[in-house]
Amino acid sequence: MVYSKDFIEDCFAKNPPDSFKILSSSVIGIAGVGGLGSNVAVSLARAGIGKIILCDFDTVQASNLNRQQFRIDQIGKMKVDALKEYLLLISPIVDVVTITNKLNEDNIKLIFKDADIIIEAFDLATEKYMLIEEVIKNFPEKYIISASGLAGYGAFTDLGIRNFGKLYICGDEKREANEKNGLCAPRVAIVANMQANLAIEILLDVLNR
Amino acid sequence: MIKVNGNEYEWQENLTVSEMLKNCNYNFPLIIVKVNGELIPRSNYKTQLIPDNAEVEATHLIGGG
Repeated sequence: MVYSKDFIEDCFAKNPPDSFKILSSSVIGIAGVGGLGSNVAVSLARAGIGKIILCDFDTVQASNLNRQQFRIDQIGKMKVDALKEYLLLISPIVDVVTITNKLNEDNIKLIFKDADIIIEAFDLATEKYMLIEEVIKNFPEKYIISASGLAGYGAFTDLGIRNFGKLYICGDEKREANEKNGLCAPRVAIVANMQANLAIEILLDVLNR
Repeated sequence: MIKVNGNEYEWQENLTVSEMLKNCNYNFPLIIVKVNGELIPRSNYKTQLIPDNAEVEATHLIGGG
């Protein structure tokens, strides 16, 4: 779909002044498009990011709907395809690349080569760690924004952002996803949007100062 | 003396990141460590020395997404 220049300008008219040029030429890689990644992608598409790389090998399940940006009619679809559909209906400019391979130490280098920032949005702690290690090893110059501790509800003031060089960790670093805590839309989306908010801040204030 | 997540610990000559984690009872496998502002890759934990008066931050990753 091709949109007019005027329409595109209208779509991003409320964004922070002078942000369009930078955000629309930026590339964000998102590893995992579940509760964190799907919410990050929606916010970044709305903000006018030019290119988003979505990586996930899973299909949409009924149990995802309580916190992920998918619908009942998308159950069974590849998550990256379902999310791409939505992102293209949100932003007139976003280019969405979908990757359905499981990320590993060999393909990360290639898949995220062009990303300005990488968002770690996996569920399992072991996968979070693998991605962080590989990004630090292969792309020491790249920013990576991770999330750790977002289960349950409430406890808003426990949430924060910790900075380890070019690695940032959003969350409370203690509430783990388990049977006792559960995972619930608001708190997952808050942390996802902490990640998205930080990505925009890095793009506008650090990388393109 | 070094500070790990704000708590003071004894420093000794040739203290490595691995030993520091052991001294502090940080035995989580998925731990991220910063020494004086610098992120230390896991492959260097056994060799990276921690200087006296270092500020160390460590966190371990937990699941959920």
